[in-house]
Amino acid sequence: MTTTAGRRKPRGHRPLSKQIHLAAHFPGVNNTTVWTDPLSRSQIDFASFEHLARTAERGLFDFFFLAEGLRLREHKGRVHDLDVVGRPESLTVLNALAAVTERLGLAATVNATFNEPYETARRFATLDHLSGGRAAWNVVTSSDAFTGENFRRGGYLDRADRYTRAAEFVATARELWDSWTPGGQSRPFAHTGRHFDIEGEFTLPRSPQGHPVVIQAGDSPEGREFAASAADVIFTRHGTPEAGRAFYADVKGRLAKYGRTAGDLKIMPGVTVVLGDTAAEAQERAAGIRRRQVSPQNALLTLEQIWGVDLSSYDPDGPLPDIDPVVDSGLSQGRTKRGDPRAVAEQWRALSRAKGLSIRQTVIETTARQSFIGTPQAVAAELDEFVQSDAADGFILVPHLTPGGLDEFVDQVVPLLQERGAYRTEYTGTTLRSHLGLREPVRPAREEGLTV
Amino acid sequence: MTTSTGRGLLHLAAAVDQPDTYDADPYLTLTRLAERGALDFVTLGDSFGRPGPDALAVLSRVAPATARIGLVPTVTTTHTEPFHVQAAVATLDWVSRGRAGWRPEVSATEEEARLFGRRAAAPAAELWGEAGEVADVATRLWDSWEDDAEIRDVATGRFIDREKLHHVDFQGATFSVRGPSIVPRPPQGHPVTVVDTAQQHAFDVAARHADVALVNAAGPAQAAAVRAGLRRRAAEYGRDPDALRVLAALRIDLGGGEHAAVPGHGGGGPLPSELGPLYRGGPVDLADLVAAWHRAGAVDGFHLTPVEPRRDLERLVNGTVPLLQHRGLFRTFYPGSTFREHLGLARPANQYAALAGDPS
Repeated sequence: MTTTAGRRKPRGHRPLSKQIHLAAHFPGVNNTTVWTDPLSRSQIDFASFEHLARTAERGLFDFFFLAEGLRLREHKGRVHDLDVVGRPESLTVLNALAAVTERLGLAATVNATFNEPYETARRFATLDHLSGGRAAWNVVTSSDAFTGENFRRGGYLDRADRYTRAAEFVATARELWDSWTPGGQSRPFAHTGRHFDIEGEFTLPRSPQGHPVVIQAGDSPEGREFAASAADVIFTRHGTPEAGRAFYADVKGRLAKYGRTAGDLKIMPGVTVVLGDTAAEAQERAAGIRRRQVSPQNALLTLEQIWGVDLSSYDPDGPLPDIDPVVDSGLSQGRTKRGDPRAVAEQWRALSRAKGLSIRQTVIETTARQSFIGTPQAVAAELDEFVQSDAADGFILVPHLTPGGLDEFVDQVVPLLQERGAYRTEYTGTTLRSHLGLREPVRPAREEGLTV
Repeated sequence: MTTSTGRGLLHLAAAVDQPDTYDADPYLTLTRLAERGALDFVTLGDSFGRPGPDALAVLSRVAPATARIGLVPTVTTTHTEPFHVQAAVATLDWVSRGRAGWRPEVSATEEEARLFGRRAAAPAAELWGEAGEVADVATRLWDSWEDDAEIRDVATGRFIDREKLHHVDFQGATFSVRGPSIVPRPPQGHPVTVVDTAQQHAFDVAARHADVALVNAAGPAQAAAVRAGLRRRAAEYGRDPDALRVLAALRIDLGGGEHAAVPGHGGGGPLPSELGPLYRGGPVDLADLVAAWHRAGAVDGFHLTPVEPRRDLERLVNGTVPLLQHRGLFRTFYPGSTFREHLGLARPANQYAALAGDPS
């Protein structure tokens, strides 16, 4: 990546440097978590969560992020057994982490399809109170009937309804969070909309952050619009600086029509970092991690998820199948789809032919996330440049190891970002909203003039 | 039955409820106090229909800051998803390293139903039937992972042995769950289920599903009768009655000096009140009352709800508990580390592992 000469000047010459935001993702249920590493520990013991959260706080991160599980993935009608399986319930873990951290933001994914606004608003308001203003809610949706088999609701929402429900869900939660008077008196609320018709009194006063921070993940047009209208942070996935800048400009450009400014929404892609003493060593380590992430068994599985048929007779070190995928075969369930299987297959075969790649090599190459690979100095410079050039406001780091996967980054890269003047040297506030530089939500107009 | 009377070592528990309290510290203070007294567990009530934080969240917040005491939040089953409920309770067991319990409760009012807008209020009998089903599916989901399901077998690339994960395929009257759980089997196998039998429809749920039953009784004879009834009903459900601990629920007001406010009340009582049996007096006479019930073999212990939380819990822990310890009726330290161990209850066998019937 090119860097202007001015940006290489020592601290003090660039006092207006945009500040980088950092967050940590606990390695989750997928093949990016390398459980075969000798340093890999439990994905369920509290000690693992405590270690990673304390490391993130030592690194002055904005928040610690936990994904959600609603049903175990299945493949060929049986529980998927190759990757890390099983995780605790996110909000319960975050409440416990509030006891062993002091400043770190605590973010949980909670689905807006298989939950209800009253209970969800209450759980996040509780976390915000118990953590002194550090709660965040990553709002996602699901219309998956497979997942629905674990819930009273079942699976019933089509794509459009999912988003209107999610938007109304968040708006309703905000009404509940605002429902007590500034003096701390409970007051009745009533919400009647397309998806929810509820009334009563909320059980908690307004929480330390006013509203817990709202995060939105996803890249569809509906998702971008939803984020622009209602989210404080958007969790993205854009591989190149160019794609990042295009996304950044698009989403920030949508804010004005909701009366919001660029600073009101932080854009944070999920990224991985691999360090080495030299560039070559870092590349070698990164390749080793990718080989362990994509085992021969995982390479075939990934292919079966696209082709929709049993490919167990294929050699992972051999060429890709020349048969066409079966669309909607239902072979694999509970996993995000990669787009039109026929198009993906054609693209992967072309890549394989052009570069002479085997099945496993092709999967390794096509399923890589945004990565920053290099010496700590190079990675710090690249992260900084990414943010200074408005390809992002910061990053959600997704380590490949539980729980020590952030140790190196915090020890080696964070000090360099601080030297560059692009990263805090201490927490200046106590709430997540203050770490992110977000304003406290304004109470609705009807609040004005209330004296209690 | 080896123990037909409740004359083993006493079990003591306390409520840590505090009105208008939304911060963690006051709950932590009371729980630590109870832990200093070596109590078996603390409870925290909950309801969607009145002010207060989510009880399971509060006790999760308390868990890493305490070491031994059992943690029992009320968890309502009427408007929640059973799958979410069991996952949260199992996770409380993980974050507390084997100290979780839960107290299922129903939401019977129209006001609570309107907070969700999904279903109308229903009769208590129906809701307790559903609560029993939630308790049932919870144990199935906690068992849906066998203890040794995680194998990390590098040679075959398998993280788990999927033969040791099970769909539960539960079909209840108001919900169904396919399973398996998202959370691996918790440290205690099953977190401890506590059921308050104050409502008549809860009696059957307690006999069938509870590890600990709370009973309201005006005196030792009545308590003994309720305990015998619970044990009889548990046996009818095919359970070992000795795997059920019956605790008398007692509100305590220890503001009355060293002796009972009502002459002759110490060692007798309690007095009926709107919120259940109430003891009012001093910590010494409370010890007499507890010892007398113990002598009569009426219950396995007490669940005490302080009227003035901070004051009464301090007097309980500093006054009553040492007296009971001195008489050899109550532990002086925690010999075990899990809540089940405090209660003297075994870690449950896995119902699916048993079904597999592997003879090796």
